[in-house]
Amino acid sequence: MDTVTLLTVVVLAVFVGFEVVSKVTSKLHTPLMSGANAIHGIILVGAVIVAGQAVEPWLLAVALLAVVLATVNLVGGFVVTDRMLEMFGPRKAARAAASTDSAIDSATPAGTGPEGGERP
Amino acid sequence: MSILAPGWTALLYLVAAVCFILALKGLSSPRTARRGNAIGAAGAVVAVLTVFLSARLDNVPLILAAITVGTALAVPVARRVQMTQMPQLVALFNGVGGGAAALVAVLELGHGGDSWVRLAIAFTMLVGAVSFAGSAVTVGKLQELISTRPLLFPGMPAVMLLVLAGALTAGGVVVLTGSPGWAGGLLVLGLAAGLLLVLPVGGADVPIVISLLNAFTGLAVAASGIVLGNVLLLVAGTLVGASGTILTKVMASAMGRGVAGIMFGAFRGGSTAGSTTLSDRPVRSASAEDVAVQLGYAQRVVIVPGYGLAVAQGQHTVAELATALTARGVDVVFAIHPVAGRMPGHMNVLLAEANVPYELLRELDEVNPEFASTDVALVVGANDVVNPAAKSSPGSPIYGMPILEVVQAQQVVFLKRSMRPGFAGIENDLLHDPRTTLLFGDAKDSLSKVLGAVKIL
Repeated sequence: MDTVTLLTVVVLAVFVGFEVVSKVTSKLHTPLMSGANAIHGIILVGAVIVAGQAVEPWLLAVALLAVVLATVNLVGGFVVTDRMLEMFGPRKAARAAASTDSAIDSATPAGTGPEGGERP
Repeated sequence: MSILAPGWTALLYLVAAVCFILALKGLSSPRTARRGNAIGAAGAVVAVLTVFLSARLDNVPLILAAITVGTALAVPVARRVQMTQMPQLVALFNGVGGGAAALVAVLELGHGGDSWVRLAIAFTMLVGAVSFAGSAVTVGKLQELISTRPLLFPGMPAVMLLVLAGALTAGGVVVLTGSPGWAGGLLVLGLAAGLLLVLPVGGADVPIVISLLNAFTGLAVAASGIVLGNVLLLVAGTLVGASGTILTKVMASAMGRGVAGIMFGAFRGGSTAGSTTLSDRPVRSASAEDVAVQLGYAQRVVIVPGYGLAVAQGQHTVAELATALTARGVDVVFAIHPVAGRMPGHMNVLLAEANVPYELLRELDEVNPEFASTDVALVVGANDVVNPAAKSSPGSPIYGMPILEVVQAQQVVFLKRSMRPGFAGIENDLLHDPRTTLLFGDAKDSLSKVLGAVKIL
């Protein structure tokens, strides 16, 4: 691709990037950062390409390491962002009602709640 | 195996890029955030499938195995991590992404290309290495494996300049000759620069640095797109670079700081204003029962949760206390400072996890005018975000940061572990105010005791 086309793409992407996050509320700063973090895990595509072209074993080993790291970034990033956002979900009202009930039965030790609710 | 024609590949990459834009857009609003994230993940799936179907790839079984290993490592950690430790995990994911970009660039060095490509390779290696090492330091600081205070040694600015000059030289040689030896040197210098950049940053500012390094990784990925001639990497990386830069600025201004001040402030010599002569002044400490009486017979209570609450895992207990007080007819709300917790928005996540109804959470601008009509402000494990020094003492390191004005409430109760100052390391005058009561102890223990006492009032 020629340099001017690349430059066009970059400049437009910069403006889109500025524009889409300019009005975010502080509540969502952490999930937004985490989501953007997941998106750059797409370097996985690059890692797959170099691993698919590697001939010498040690080059292949380095490339496969890059694939593992990029996968951790990409998959882990989206999963952890989803977990954060799950807490903001629409089941709020039902969960709030549930918490009022459980507060009456205060013998339940606090802190055991979140992990119990965590099923794949 | 090349199943897709180049035109289709380009089209599918465009679909993925649009998904990423929609993801960022969706993540900017509470209603659409979760869907936005799912759209982003879908885009990533499209992109990865496309690369397998379009490029001529060897070693496919090994690559698939590596992807499986990466998924098996990431998913359990991402699902099980405590919400309090989530900032570390985000930093970790960011660091490995930067590392992956640097490795991709290293491997592409052997494939020739003109000097523009080698410039992009050198840039990716340097920025990816900075992001990797810098993120490692932020993880260490957040996990308190290394000191959260700014770490400086004599001559650090000079060493930093030498490392940068060395990195630029090595980068220049790589661009001109493509020498693998110099490329190795560039990686090492990039790692050193990452360490030197983040070590001097104080604990409270670490989240801003994570966001900045996130933008760095985005730029490294964008440059790797130029290296590989891949438009998707270019667009996705640039998007993250641009949005990450804006997000970093927005976060920094929510703390009343400039990004440059955060990165290099420690070199100018920290201000210690506010830490003189205050420590031996008396404070009024109380028992859990006293606090329960104060709260139980109040009309209106504002709870200010801070990081101390999160580390003590007290968010569930504080939610129960709020419920018990509400049951007694007390009007209870939570005041959330934008940087309460360890990251902007972190406290909202923690309280949502503890089932605190969304309607009870008040943001800074909403709640500040209400403090004057508040009987008791209950500050749990927070300090800097309510420190009046941010408004009244221009020499203070937190001067200019917007604070929750609990000082205007009729009475203030602090649940604190000790008299130790907060993350920013400055004294809080409010602790010595005659209207202030302190209950010392671990936030969760104190809350449990107060909760028990409220119930038998």
